[in-house]
Amino acid sequence: MTHDQIRQAILDIIADIAPDEDISNVKGDVRLREQLDLDSMDFLDIVMELRKRYNVEVPEADYMQLASLDSSVAYLEPKMKGK
Amino acid sequence: MSSVPRIVITGIGLTAPNGNALPEFRHSLLTGKSGVQAYSTRYMGAVLAGVCNFDELRYQKKKELRRGTRAGSIAIYCSNEALKDSGIAWDKTDRSRVGVYIGVTEHGNVETENEIAAIKEYNYDTKFWSHHHNPRTVANNPAGEVTLNMRIVGPHYTIGAACAAGNLGFIQGLQMLRLGEVDLAFAGGVSESIHTFGIFASFKSQGALATHDDPTKASRPFDRDRNGIVVSEGGCVYTLERLDDAQKRGAKIYGEIVGYACNSDASDFVLPNPERQMQCMGAALKKAGLAPDDIDIINTHATATKLGDIQECIAIRGLFGACKSTYINNTKSFIGHAMGAAGALELTGNLPAFQDGIVHPTINVDNLDPDCALPNLVLNEPKRIDNVRYILNNSSGMLGINSAVIVKRFEA
Repeated sequence: MTHDQIRQAILDIIADIAPDEDISNVKGDVRLREQLDLDSMDFLDIVMELRKRYNVEVPEADYMQLASLDSSVAYLEPKMKGK
Repeated sequence: MSSVPRIVITGIGLTAPNGNALPEFRHSLLTGKSGVQAYSTRYMGAVLAGVCNFDELRYQKKKELRRGTRAGSIAIYCSNEALKDSGIAWDKTDRSRVGVYIGVTEHGNVETENEIAAIKEYNYDTKFWSHHHNPRTVANNPAGEVTLNMRIVGPHYTIGAACAAGNLGFIQGLQMLRLGEVDLAFAGGVSESIHTFGIFASFKSQGALATHDDPTKASRPFDRDRNGIVVSEGGCVYTLERLDDAQKRGAKIYGEIVGYACNSDASDFVLPNPERQMQCMGAALKKAGLAPDDIDIINTHATATKLGDIQECIAIRGLFGACKSTYINNTKSFIGHAMGAAGALELTGNLPAFQDGIVHPTINVDNLDPDCALPNLVLNEPKRIDNVRYILNNSSGMLGINSAVIVKRFEA
């Protein structure tokens, strides 16, 4: 998957788990929780969806890497580039 | 009794398979409109069910819906509707003095079955089991979801009471108000049972799942050809208040809960015990200071099983057989068996009789079973009796739990 495809994949997941949110203007460098109504259970949903959709594991120690869209893409790129 | 606070019903929220508010529900009950339809459930395929069609997004965000349970969603809808109906100034309400008491027949089956079906797609690898499973399946879930949605910080819990749960929700709310534990109770019962295949499969294995070519005719208590239960979802929640508080704010009052009782058969897992049911209804009458003759309407629990209906009729005949002006009906014939919501919905569908003087019928009785031929059973067509002062709702459930609630037309 390309950088842009990974970014879109994350946004698609967020759209599903936070269906009330407008995700069209999510800023890449701002923490997701500062822009969207997301809590810890939602982040667990992101982890679960990455597992289900892309067979990608995010260990608990790395959860902080999912804080923003940019950091998520950077973290996931090596894991998803072959997907 | 004079020193015990009087408890009144000041708001009603409900969703039934044939109505999403009391006026619509009542209209359906007076015009013979069934809410039973064809339905499909996991593994079993075609069955019949009572399905609710309320506006889920009226009080919930999409995320709340996604995260929560159907029972929670039903409880939230009913509680908000009851609040709106009550006219209570919510912004000025001390929410630490509000309690939520929701009766459930069962909880967690739906969510567990869903998770098992989901991990089946991943060869039963439990790392795909949702972190939402535990908050969805804790027994307090439907009541807890109400507190989250409405920002209520007083006590909340569910009352697990099989198919007597709707009545038990009311009773719990009443008791907590009388004890002074809360000043406002959201009380009632809910059911999400149609979303678990297990309840259908279990009734089928028991020989107690209704079938009929016409879904609207499938639920037929007291009919000779009845063949079992139609499983339904639904909910009904009241705002209950102490009379003094209700009068102080000029509340509309639907009725006063003047009697209640709960007891146990201690005789069988599933077969009701008429003697204990009779004792339960008798205890409710005693608590209300009433004689059987005083009751104008008895809403029966009858679920359309062969034996259960007869057992209840024995109990009612034993206590009310000589009553000349006590009329008897059944709501499941319209909506099926709404499990945890059953007693609450069934009582509520009768409350408008205080104003309109009409007893809604039990429908789908083409050939009355002689063993169920109670005096004054209101069959197929509504009956006007004009003066209705007392309504008794009888509800019972598995493991031999019985309950009765008596509501009096409000008289200051």
